[in-house]
Amino acid sequence: MTDLKNIRNFSIVAHIDHGKSTLADRLIQLTGTVAERDMKAQMLDSMDIERERGITIKANSVRIEYPAQDGQTYILNLIDTPGHVDFAYEVSRSMRAVEGSLLVVDATQGVEAQTLANVYQAIDADHEIVPVLNKIDLPASEPEQVKANIEDVIGIDASESIEISAKTGLGIPDVLEAIVKRLPAPTGDRDKPLKAMLVDSWYDSYLGVVVLIRVMDGVIKKGDKIKMMKTGAAYGVDKLSVLKPQMVDIAELGPGEIGIFTASIKQVRDTKVGDTITHEKKPCAEALPGFKPSIPVVFCGLFPVDAADFEDLRTAIEKLSLNDASFSSEMETSAALGFGFRCGFLGLLHLEVIRDRLEREYDIDLITTAPSVIYKLHMKDGSVEDLHNPADMPDLTYVDHIEEPRIKATIMVPDDYLGDVLKLCQDRRGIQMDLTYAGSRAMVVYDLPLNEVVFDFYDRLKSVTKGYASFDYQMIGYREDNLVKMQILVNDEPVDALSTMVHRERAESRGRAMCEKLKDLIPRHMFKIPIQAAIGGKVIARETLAALRKDVTAKCYGGDATRKKKLLEKQKAGKKKMRQFGKVEIPQEAFINALKMDD
Amino acid sequence: MEDWRNGGFGLYLHWPFCQAKCPYCDFNSHVASAIDQRRWQSAYLTEIRRVAALTKGRVLNSVFFGGGTPSMMDPELVQAILDEVRQQWVLANDIEITLEANPTSVEASRFRGYSAAGVNRVSMGFQALNDADLRALGRLHSVEEAKAAFNVARETFDRVSFDLIYARQKQTVEAWRLELREALDFAADHLSLYQLTIEQGTAFGDRYNRGTLRDLPDDDAAADMYFVTQDECERAGLPAYEISNHAHRGNESRHNLIYWRYGDYIGIGPGAHGRLTLNGQKHATETPLGPTQWLMQVEQAGHGELPTTVIPAAEQATEMMMMGLRLREGIDIARYETLLGAPISTKVSDMEALGFVKTETGRLIVTDKGRPVLNGILREILT
Ligand SMILES: Nc1nc2c(ncn2[C@@H]2O[C@H](COP(=O)(O)OP(=O)(O)O)[C@@H](O)[C@H]2O)c(=O)[nH]1
Ligand SMILES: C[S@@+](CC[C@H](N)C(=O)[O-])C[C@H]1O[C@@H](n2cnc3c(N)ncnc32)[C@H](O)[C@@H]1O
Ligand code: SF4
Ligand SMILES: [Mg+2]
Repeated sequence: MTDLKNIRNFSIVAHIDHGKSTLADRLIQLTGTVAERDMKAQMLDSMDIERERGITIKANSVRIEYPAQDGQTYILNLIDTPGHVDFAYEVSRSMRAVEGSLLVVDATQGVEAQTLANVYQAIDADHEIVPVLNKIDLPASEPEQVKANIEDVIGIDASESIEISAKTGLGIPDVLEAIVKRLPAPTGDRDKPLKAMLVDSWYDSYLGVVVLIRVMDGVIKKGDKIKMMKTGAAYGVDKLSVLKPQMVDIAELGPGEIGIFTASIKQVRDTKVGDTITHEKKPCAEALPGFKPSIPVVFCGLFPVDAADFEDLRTAIEKLSLNDASFSSEMETSAALGFGFRCGFLGLLHLEVIRDRLEREYDIDLITTAPSVIYKLHMKDGSVEDLHNPADMPDLTYVDHIEEPRIKATIMVPDDYLGDVLKLCQDRRGIQMDLTYAGSRAMVVYDLPLNEVVFDFYDRLKSVTKGYASFDYQMIGYREDNLVKMQILVNDEPVDALSTMVHRERAESRGRAMCEKLKDLIPRHMFKIPIQAAIGGKVIARETLAALRKDVTAKCYGGDATRKKKLLEKQKAGKKKMRQFGKVEIPQEAFINALKMDD
Repeated sequence: MEDWRNGGFGLYLHWPFCQAKCPYCDFNSHVASAIDQRRWQSAYLTEIRRVAALTKGRVLNSVFFGGGTPSMMDPELVQAILDEVRQQWVLANDIEITLEANPTSVEASRFRGYSAAGVNRVSMGFQALNDADLRALGRLHSVEEAKAAFNVARETFDRVSFDLIYARQKQTVEAWRLELREALDFAADHLSLYQLTIEQGTAFGDRYNRGTLRDLPDDDAAADMYFVTQDECERAGLPAYEISNHAHRGNESRHNLIYWRYGDYIGIGPGAHGRLTLNGQKHATETPLGPTQWLMQVEQAGHGELPTTVIPAAEQATEMMMMGLRLREGIDIARYETLLGAPISTKVSDMEALGFVKTETGRLIVTDKGRPVLNGILREILT
């Protein structure tokens, strides 16, 4: 139990690569929280994928003891939030569990799109914000300009920014002092009934489900009978600890404190981020406000390359869902791809992370179909249906109109590339909402259809701006548009996995581009293959893949029998990576590459 | 009857040396400053005796000296080998004894000696009928020299064949047609006409990868050259009996027919492969690839073999089809199904519907339309 006035809870807000993880490492190191020899770079990014890609996926926390210049020892709780837009809801929850934020900005780069998105969440959560300019060891750093940039773009006072180098350790003591002096202590009442926020939860193979909480009022002890107010489920607390970042058991957690417990909870699904935890016998009067589960917005099919791996895939997906309640899946069958799963994700990064984990940790080769969004089908009979998979599109005669999800995209880009970015957004059916300048960078805000973004928008943005643009988005709702389902027919057979929803006016050019792509992606066969794009039976684009004309080994004598047989065996193995469609074999890459636009 | 008898029994001897390495060639051939032919002789003889002991009583249908450039062998060496062969096996009355020869005057001077040793057929590597192209192919002979050597060969041996390579750099379909007509004018009874293959690990392969092997005909032009080849040879009475081999009826290479009909063959010399049925099991045999390696192993261990593997019957079926469908005569379906232990793939009827294969009197035959895409047909049926 720590006195409230000696607690500071904070998070770090930063655009990717501006130094959030490095700073967290320095803070942990300087306070001796982790012995020098146990220090590994990026302490808090615990998953391989996080470490490799330098992103934070799950919220994580660390408790630091800091003897301040005023002679008192403070408990500093850092909650490391996921920086990426896909996990925006988790970020907003984590922010509500702390009172202040360090706003880390790379002094060589200035404010970026993710800085903005995250800092607004901090402002929404009424945080006290301390600007920190990082990387001032670099000759290219321009602290004064970046301060002006922060004031211009974000609109907060940056005159008392702390200039640091997380890499060399310069300025870190100032950061610790600022946390103590400038951030507010939490408030709360020890004598009220227990009220704690469920900040995050994850599955640990030894401990089962682990729950990260922030106590608002009251006290939680090991052995307590607790209740989750939203789900109504009751549990006994088996283990109560704080993270330093390794687990250290603790007798109790009081107001303002952050820690973890386990309670024989079976699945992460049974815990809802943002839920309120109280005592079963003596509950608090009302729950914390604003509970809203995060819901998947991007869907795609995942199919095993080798049909024999289906059961392994099922098991792997079940295991992953244990640890990730925001990932949904249901079985799907495709004429082209056989048995697999239609899975829902919070966004594209989330999709990639899950797919990577399935392929890497579970060693399953996957075919990923084109990502799609949820369309709202307004039927003639007045009902509204969600369409998750273009292949399931009903007969148009029953459909009155279709709505698609739209996003507000914020892009920060150097002047030089502005024209390319505007063209890209325009090509993707965007409507410009705002265009402002801060120094030599422009901030562009666009209203865009999500379906134009889920596929390769980010890749295209990176390539037209040579990596200099940053991008962030949020959902803004549904809007009606002239959307149609485009089918692809290969050798006159529709390939369901290649069906997409497109805007009617863009269908011809999309269709043509897809047919051309497929013509390159499908190897020549023994016969010529027509490749067509069609809308409701009407062909709108076609290409013909010519038949193989010559493929025969010129010389084949006694010594070549073995060599030739090995070649056939290799081809047989290669065939497993192909999907049979009628008489045509389509390589797995074709399913995803056919949709990439080189516009 | 053991399956190999459908194809016959032959002996292949590999000579791994050449005067110079051709830039397109990925055969096991090496340039050596000095070759101790007597040492090679005793190694060959050791190997012949060893394998003969395993195949006592079999009738030998063919002997083939391949390379490399076997026309670098001393006639005495060839004589010693063939003497040993005659000692060890019963020879078929019509035994074919072939030697691959490079068409230079030096080699021609040895032809008499080879003939005296028992060689009755030579296969000569002409490759091209114009000097510029011969140089581009890294060949040491001129067209004139090749023709002179050919005339000597015709006077010396019963049967003479020569090889040409087409789809060369800068070659047009028409230029190939004219060159082939010229070849057919003086050809004897057999011709091997190979499309140039760019092999990895050769000088041409490297240049191809770097993009500096310019002006190769594209796939469509190469296909057209193949069709021109078929037409011209057919008209001249030398129809294709195999993908790249043409002959007057009855003058097919008996040795190569053993491979394509999936008979048994012994492979002696560096890097030589064999297929040998022993105790009812078909074995794949192999030898060390390096000339010195092979020679030392024979001398020290008394044999020139690497560990052999038994080929399961179903795999034999695959090999038999791979080899057999190259022949105009096709394969015997009952023989194939016996090896496979199952009926032939139903894909055959798809291929038949497309006109790539036909079935006739119990044989599966690749049609004229199918032959240029044989690899595709095999992929369909076998994978
Ligand atoms: N030169 C320099 N590099 C830094 C500094 N802080 C972080 N970096 C580097 O910037 C990159 C991104 O840092 P990281 O902490 O992973 O950023 P995050 O994505 O915000 O967590 C890494 O290569 C760090 O080594 C700094 O103060 N100076
Ligand atoms: C073992 S080789 C050579 C025999 C002899 N050393 C000679 O070169 O005349 C047999 C034949 O294969 C052919 N050949 C070799 N490499 C080839 C390639 N890369 N593409 C097409 N034919 C090739 C040549 O026609 C050659 O004559
Ligand atoms: S083509 Fe003939 S001469 Fe040339 S390297 Fe090959 S084997 Fe030797
Ligand atoms: Mg990080």
